[in-house]
Amino acid sequence: MRTYIVAFVVALIALPAMADEQTIKLKQAPGVDKVEANCQACHSLAYIPMNSPFLNAGGWDAEVNKMIKAMGAPIDDADAKAIKDYLTKNYGG
Amino acid sequence: MITRRHLLGTAGAGAALAVSGLGLPNVFEANAAGEVPLTPGIPEGVRSYATMATLPGKKPLIRLSDRGPNYESPLEYFRTPITPNDEFFVRYHLSDIPEKIDANTYKISVGGDGANGQAEITFDDLKKMPAVEVVAVNQCSGNRRGLSKPHVAGVEWGYGAMGCAHWKGARLKDILEKVGVKTEAIEIGLNGADGPAIDKTPDFIKSIPVWKAMDADTIVAYEMNGAPLPHFNGFPARLIVPGWTGTYWMKHLTNINVLTKPQGGFWMKPAYRIPVGKFPVVARFITQEDATSTPITEMVVNSLITSHRDGDKIKRGKVAVSGLAWDGGYGIRVVEVSTDGGKTWSDARLGQDLGKYAFRPWSFELNAKRGKNTVMVNATNKIGQSQTAELIFNPAGYHNNVMQNITLNAA
Repeated sequence: MRTYIVAFVVALIALPAMADEQTIKLKQAPGVDKVEANCQACHSLAYIPMNSPFLNAGGWDAEVNKMIKAMGAPIDDADAKAIKDYLTKNYGG
Repeated sequence: MITRRHLLGTAGAGAALAVSGLGLPNVFEANAAGEVPLTPGIPEGVRSYATMATLPGKKPLIRLSDRGPNYESPLEYFRTPITPNDEFFVRYHLSDIPEKIDANTYKISVGGDGANGQAEITFDDLKKMPAVEVVAVNQCSGNRRGLSKPHVAGVEWGYGAMGCAHWKGARLKDILEKVGVKTEAIEIGLNGADGPAIDKTPDFIKSIPVWKAMDADTIVAYEMNGAPLPHFNGFPARLIVPGWTGTYWMKHLTNINVLTKPQGGFWMKPAYRIPVGKFPVVARFITQEDATSTPITEMVVNSLITSHRDGDKIKRGKVAVSGLAWDGGYGIRVVEVSTDGGKTWSDARLGQDLGKYAFRPWSFELNAKRGKNTVMVNATNKIGQSQTAELIFNPAGYHNNVMQNITLNAA
């Protein structure tokens, strides 16, 4: 046990000042490029797997619409459709 | 291999507390196993990516997202009624978070159409004002959202989007008196230094009713547990609204606006709303109410078992089960425990009373028999409100105070 604790403390000291950047690997499928290009300008892609797999097509539609209408995300109609389709197919419930 | 979980199960409450005081071995175990100590019942998707991560000045927290920064405290950090600063959860809506704020140049602008004048309050000014101290729970409105059935969209918090600290600061009332509040003023608007990534996204701006702003316990805090606020908890100063959910506790407070009209904006409506009449809350925010929805205000009475997790292995015989209880500021009257699924109840022993807004520790001696033992907990506050047996569903997943009922397996 002590070895473990010592190892952990050493690991803690070795950590850089900032937490490592969160890396989210989204499922590679059609539309993933539109998601990456539009969504992560403002927020972590973590919100996608976080809200899965329970959101259905209507749920993901509402989320993307909220980002455009309430949050002012500059996403054109074609990209919005591709993003909704991608989320529903890959992270839908 | 003996895991920390086994150690905890076999130790008495005192020993468990002593071990958890280190805070390190358990989190190490979580990392080593590649598993994060997530709350059972949160969406499966969280498990696919969430890791422990360490922000500057913090111990490892459960990282739900890094932009905006949303980091949850694991259960082990709730074994004391005061949550240490480096174990305190972090919650932001937006992703333009100031990297550093210089307290020497920091100012709070005070004004608005409901004020007689204007003022700028420096950090020094704040510290020269009469100091007030209050121990209060800061709980995200969406704490336990991840446990909603069915699941609802949002940050999928488990149990740990909360903490309790000893705050010190100046009364908001005293700050408001510097500018003078007109009789027609209805709300106090609040803004902080954090903001959105793009201009079109609504800045996080909130308001509270004048009556709550004038409460002697509502303060602009510059100290947390005897130290400056951690950056990610609002350095150099944040609002403390005891009894009310965290959405009003503006971090990095920069603007206080006395208003004669209701504060508008996304974060007042449609965000942070509960259906009218569904929850037993006393404190109302009338100037923001409409026919169907009203802003979330005070926290509902709640409790959490912190000595054990659901499914833990324990020894037969006497086992100390302990946890915390809290509410919207009326104070905890009794915490009851049932070991027969709610048929009969016994009072838990209440621990140190740090004030009506604080976490109230409680403990119960379980006489564990071989096999499955269930432990169900229900807290009741001093105005007679108790936890709910069934989830009161609402679209944003707020106010989840369903009684826990965990199973402990004795060999």
